Amino acid sequence: MHKFLIRSFVSSLVLLFTLTVAAVAKDVKAAFVYIGPTGDHGWTYQHDVGRKAVEAAGFKTTYVEGVPESADAERVLRQLANSGHDIIFTTSFGYMNPTNKVAKEFPNVKFEHATGYKREHPNVATYAARFYEGRTILGTIAGTMTKSNVIGYVASFPIPEVIRGINSFTLAAQKVNPNIKTKIVWAFTWYDPGKEAEAAKALIDQGADVIAQHTDSTAIVQMAEKAGVYAFGQASDMDKFAPKAVLTSVENNWGPYYVDRVKAVANGTWNQKDTWHGIGDGMVVISGLDSQMPSDLQAKVKKLQADLASGKVHSFTGPIYDQKGNLMVAEGKTADDGMLAGMMTYVKGVEGDIPK
Amino acid sequence: MIKIVKRDQPSKAIFFFTPILAIFLTLIAGGIIFYILGFKPFEALKFFFIVPIADKYGFSELLLKATPLCLIAIGLSFCFKSNNWNIGAEGQLTFGAIVSGGVALLFYDQEGFYILPIVILAGAIGGMIYASIPAILKTYFNTNEILVSLMLVYVSKLILDYLVVGPWSNPEGFNFPETRQFSDSARLPLLFEGLRIHAGIFLALAAVVISWFVFYKTYLGFQMKVSGFSLKTAKYAGYKGKKMIILVFLISGACAGLAGVGEITGPIGQLHREVSPDYGFTAIIVAFLGRLHPVGIIFASLVVAITYLGAETAQIFMQIPKYTGQVFQGMILFFLLASDYLLFFKFKFIGTKK
Repeated sequence: MHKFLIRSFVSSLVLLFTLTVAAVAKDVKAAFVYIGPTGDHGWTYQHDVGRKAVEAAGFKTTYVEGVPESADAERVLRQLANSGHDIIFTTSFGYMNPTNKVAKEFPNVKFEHATGYKREHPNVATYAARFYEGRTILGTIAGTMTKSNVIGYVASFPIPEVIRGINSFTLAAQKVNPNIKTKIVWAFTWYDPGKEAEAAKALIDQGADVIAQHTDSTAIVQMAEKAGVYAFGQASDMDKFAPKAVLTSVENNWGPYYVDRVKAVANGTWNQKDTWHGIGDGMVVISGLDSQMPSDLQAKVKKLQADLASGKVHSFTGPIYDQKGNLMVAEGKTADDGMLAGMMTYVKGVEGDIPK
Repeated sequence: MIKIVKRDQPSKAIFFFTPILAIFLTLIAGGIIFYILGFKPFEALKFFFIVPIADKYGFSELLLKATPLCLIAIGLSFCFKSNNWNIGAEGQLTFGAIVSGGVALLFYDQEGFYILPIVILAGAIGGMIYASIPAILKTYFNTNEILVSLMLVYVSKLILDYLVVGPWSNPEGFNFPETRQFSDSARLPLLFEGLRIHAGIFLALAAVVISWFVFYKTYLGFQMKVSGFSLKTAKYAGYKGKKMIILVFLISGACAGLAGVGEITGPIGQLHREVSPDYGFTAIIVAFLGRLHPVGIIFASLVVAITYLGAETAQIFMQIPKYTGQVFQGMILFFLLASDYLLFFKFKFIGTKK
């Protein structure tokens, strides 16, 4: 972890000294590389909403969808860099190595890689969102709305991003309801409606009456609608897919960041950095709250949202214990970004083990 | 009046002509689809089939893409020629990649000329091990190799998932699902500076030459041919069917495994969840489009490879959805199977009597 911090520190120094002096380009063209189809109503869909915001701001954009993280990614990136694009957003973790490799060959093109940690060249920046802040809100709602005190959680892969989400969700739920248990099913996919629906069903069968998800399809909220339990939308507002089940959604709002960065290229002020924005910066947005939620809960959620945005409340405020009862974060302290970035242990109250 | 008449014998000329007809029909149908979608058909086809390979880099990418398709399809032709329906090349590719990747990871911090040959061999053996499962189950337990080999694809992907998420994940990689990068000694050498085309292409060419020799110059090739026409005849002739079934599966698995090696030690350089964009399945189209003939497969792999490249170019320059590439692959197979009708039947023009 220290290595990570040192690396980020060094790279921020590097950026101070190597501020790219790009000629003021008038017609900046931005390109986006997507892992899925733009119609997935999840991860890729939201990135494409962000791309449309860039178009609306007066820039030309190009996108390529369904680019596998295999050897093909590198070719697509090189072709985009070669065909007059000034900034290229690569929106999936698996594009990390190809992004850095192609960036080396095109020092005049800016590359922005989502959710990764490698910035090997001065023209590579990384960005991600503090989705865990949204999950603090969802946990608060789930802990209040559950009657069975069993909350289901469909997870994708055991990486820090997902573990962090489970923990922040569980901590918030425990705060309003100390008796809750979070049951996890690992789907080992980001997007597979069939598998996700099965996972949700398994959790409902085990008594869960609120289902949270860290996968991208709408299958889970639809399954919850059928079974008459509550659920939360992921990545986009999924209310229309399951109007009764969905209490709210955590939306990924990339538009403002994308517009900012493309404008920075146009002004010649683009610099290398690592961005990790949350509710406060508007990268994480909470959709409208469902009317089934009691009004005092709605008020509480609104206040929590404002406090998370202002920094008054932090999702990981001590005391936090792991499953074995060891202290992870001391009372009155908050977890630092280094700890969050490498989080690979469950907090107390999460059932089961992290798959190894 | 036109009358449809059955041919006395399947036409050999038509046999090699229909793949070309299928490609031609695909182009026409593709043009119509582009037109309906609101794109200029000729411009779209240009971006699909000409622009991607118009320069040296594009052509090298075509060869890079065609290499695994050709290698796998050659392997599959051993199976298909002898009536063994190995649908699981994707699984054999994945397992080959797992085994060779595992070996490459053992040497991640070492350099040496001996590493690459071991890694390549490991991939071939991995593919063979994985292909032997449906082969043995078929020969000794009469299971259906289509189902077994297909199901094993998903098993292999789950094994790969497990390994890259868990025990083999990069210790410095923040638990993201990928392994360390292989050492340079475990990477296939690049043929030209600045291009991604690598020495794996020689493996594919060697497979082409060897398969041609086996198919047309050896007793095994003859046995395969007879078994392909009629299993009963093969049995009557006293061929050892079981041995041949296992052998063709092993060859097919080795080729798929080598294709996996080519991907991970060529352009990718590590193991992660997506070592192949379903080459193992697409190669089935390639094998049939190439009429299970080694030279035909070379051309077929180039044609199918260009549908991948063209789909990317068409999306970048014309905003045509990239998934049309898959539509083209599907259409090629469809028109090929449909035009096979001409193998067995012919149209006869008869003057109407008044």
